[in-house]
Amino acid sequence: MIVELGHFALILAFGLALAQAALPMAGVLRGVRAWSGAAVPLACGQFLFVLVSFACLAHAFLTDDFSVRLVATNSNTLLPAWYKFSALWGNHEGSMLLWLTILAGWSSAVALIGKDLPIEMRARVLSVMGMIAVGFHLFVLLTSNPFLRSFPNVPEEGRDLNPLLQDIGLVMHPPMLYLGYVGFSVAFSFALAALWSGRLDTAWARWSRPWTTAAWLFLSVGITLGSWWAYYELGWGGWWFWDPVENASFMPWLAGTALLHSLAVTEKRGLFRSWAVLLAIMTFSLSLLGTFLVRSGILTSVHAFATDPERGSFVLAFLGVVVGGSLTLYALRAPQSSGPAGYSLLSREAALLANNVLLVVAMATVLLGTLAPLVVSAMDLGRISVGPPYFNLMFVPLMSLLAVAMGVGPLMRWRDSSGASLRAMLAVPAASCLVIAIAFPFTYAGHWHAGAALTAGLTAWLAATLVAGLRQRLRERGGLRALPMLGFAYWGMVVAHVGFAFSMAGAGLTSIYSDERDVRMSAGDSVTLGAYEFSFLRTRHVDGPNYSAERGEFTVKNVSGERVRHLKAEKRDYHSQMGNVMTEAGIAPGFLRDLYVSLGEPIGDGSWAVRVHHKPFVRWLWIGGVLMGAGGALTLFDRRYRRPSAQQPVR
Amino acid sequence: MHPVRRQRLMIVAFIVVGASAAAALIFRALSENMNFFYPPAQIAAGEAPEGRTIRIGGLVVPGSLKRAESGLDLEFRVTDNKADLQVDFRGILPDLFAEGKGVVAVGELLPNGRFKADQVLAKHDENYMPPEVHEALKKGADPGVALGGGARNDR
Repeated sequence: MIVELGHFALILAFGLALAQAALPMAGVLRGVRAWSGAAVPLACGQFLFVLVSFACLAHAFLTDDFSVRLVATNSNTLLPAWYKFSALWGNHEGSMLLWLTILAGWSSAVALIGKDLPIEMRARVLSVMGMIAVGFHLFVLLTSNPFLRSFPNVPEEGRDLNPLLQDIGLVMHPPMLYLGYVGFSVAFSFALAALWSGRLDTAWARWSRPWTTAAWLFLSVGITLGSWWAYYELGWGGWWFWDPVENASFMPWLAGTALLHSLAVTEKRGLFRSWAVLLAIMTFSLSLLGTFLVRSGILTSVHAFATDPERGSFVLAFLGVVVGGSLTLYALRAPQSSGPAGYSLLSREAALLANNVLLVVAMATVLLGTLAPLVVSAMDLGRISVGPPYFNLMFVPLMSLLAVAMGVGPLMRWRDSSGASLRAMLAVPAASCLVIAIAFPFTYAGHWHAGAALTAGLTAWLAATLVAGLRQRLRERGGLRALPMLGFAYWGMVVAHVGFAFSMAGAGLTSIYSDERDVRMSAGDSVTLGAYEFSFLRTRHVDGPNYSAERGEFTVKNVSGERVRHLKAEKRDYHSQMGNVMTEAGIAPGFLRDLYVSLGEPIGDGSWAVRVHHKPFVRWLWIGGVLMGAGGALTLFDRRYRRPSAQQPVR
Repeated sequence: MHPVRRQRLMIVAFIVVGASAAAALIFRALSENMNFFYPPAQIAAGEAPEGRTIRIGGLVVPGSLKRAESGLDLEFRVTDNKADLQVDFRGILPDLFAEGKGVVAVGELLPNGRFKADQVLAKHDENYMPPEVHEALKKGADPGVALGGGARNDR
């Protein structure tokens, strides 16, 4: 009964989404304020009914209602309640319902928080969001209904959730990622609304900036969580694989980061307007492309759920409508000139332009590497995959240049800055960059390594330029007393840039200095890896709530023979109809290094295949991701977003 | 030529040269890192290049997995029901590697006709099968063998 209620609520929500798309639009076109104003209750109503629908499905999962096909195939009575709930989105249908819920959530957030928007603008934005919602409602109702029952053959027991997904990482990763993905629909809707109204001005940039930042921060955190989850849960110590689906989340992040920065220019200087609109369209289109890649199962990927060509064609058609429609509107309405304001080569505009060019080129190389297999296969030239070396080759130079620009950018003034003052500010950062670049490889590893020197040097460069920027700001505003007055937006930028430095250093150094070995070990054997000695003590049988496992116990000693850590790695066998075996790694985390052991398989005569890792700086990757998210969050508290009515005059 | 025009021409030329150089480098990098997929039948027919990274895939022949006395060397055979391919691997097999199930391996073909795998990928869940393997098996179809496997990257 509750399940049918959920289905019914979803159909009602679809009706409200239709009204949300049509009524405000008619209101704007006809000039009927009441219709335009209806966008707000319609958006909230849609969210309410989608939420009811979501709650009904969650109820079915929590009460083990195996008459619902989705529950029967993805849950199990033995599953802890927490995972029963997250099993809802560990599959195609449920994750699409989560997607819809979040979309409706963003929509009603715009309706409720955007009270200061002109009523027509809000109506336009909500109408566009309503159209997107209609598309996704149709997708769920027509191709991916999560409420299907399997009468009369109700199974006694569910088939269980894939053990890889029974983890806190899965509880949090998809909702965060979707908050980001779907959040860019707000930036997209603002861009389309601005094109539609023909008023692509600084006010538009000011309105859409906080929404873009919010989406971006969730996406940053979502990607970080995904990487962390892959690292400890997949059991083999990798943190990024250039897997098509990872790329699918990374591309909107790159485009969204560019959008964030170009909106800053639009807001402050009225420049880059049509470029920012194009980026907003691009970012959301890439989110949809990601959905298409994951849902169609067209690419080989760990994330691919069971495939269904019908779903793939639906999303592809929807993508075509969204991209085609928005680009047509763009072609018709984009402003022809950026206005009279110019800027010199040594200005913040120029640095942000460099940021945009580099990020978009990076996005394009990822897009190319991700879609090449599809193109080659469509042209019937065979089946290919693009290896990680391609992406690494592209990213090292691009990210290095980005880091250089990122150091200089915040030190530059809008319009024009003097070369002499820049040189004065950059002298110390340049010197520290050089010294650290040369010193780091020798002090850390005892020998030269160009990649490590580059990574360390750029990290020092970013840190030193941020300090230089802070000093300059304080000097201009009258010394240390000005410290509390620098504003949340400034601190947000600093924190996010520090986060980028951490991630870059983590990615570079862990790739260079990580050490791993696959060895055959019996109880009592030891293996030395760099400065650490891993000893295999014993294996023991242990039972978990829904699995049984062989647990290997290891101790790790450092050079001087002190015991550093005791590690437990497990090989789990889940008691479900899927009969899944899973590796649970033993990890000793640390700020400067992780020690990591995973059990392969037993290979007769009591010995096991074992993989041991020493992974320096790997945690910096995720510290950086979290800092980037925190930086984004900080900027949302900036004064200018709290009192949008007190608008700054535009120079 | 007018100095402003000359400057503009320089800028345009710079952009064109820069963009084409970048595009050339990107496509070169891409073509060098494209790994083609070959089913065992194509390898048996001598269509696959030696000494280049390629991917192969099919079903693991039941009973073909053999391990060395010491160390982590092992070998198994992969079939698409038309031809078999001998695969050598040193390391840890993915959790869901199983005889009779679908598998994909990345590595290179040796002159002696064996395949040296650097990476072995096996099934992700039972509904999922890498499209390549599915296609390879369909081509070499044998009604007796069910397409039950799937794949997962060994991460």
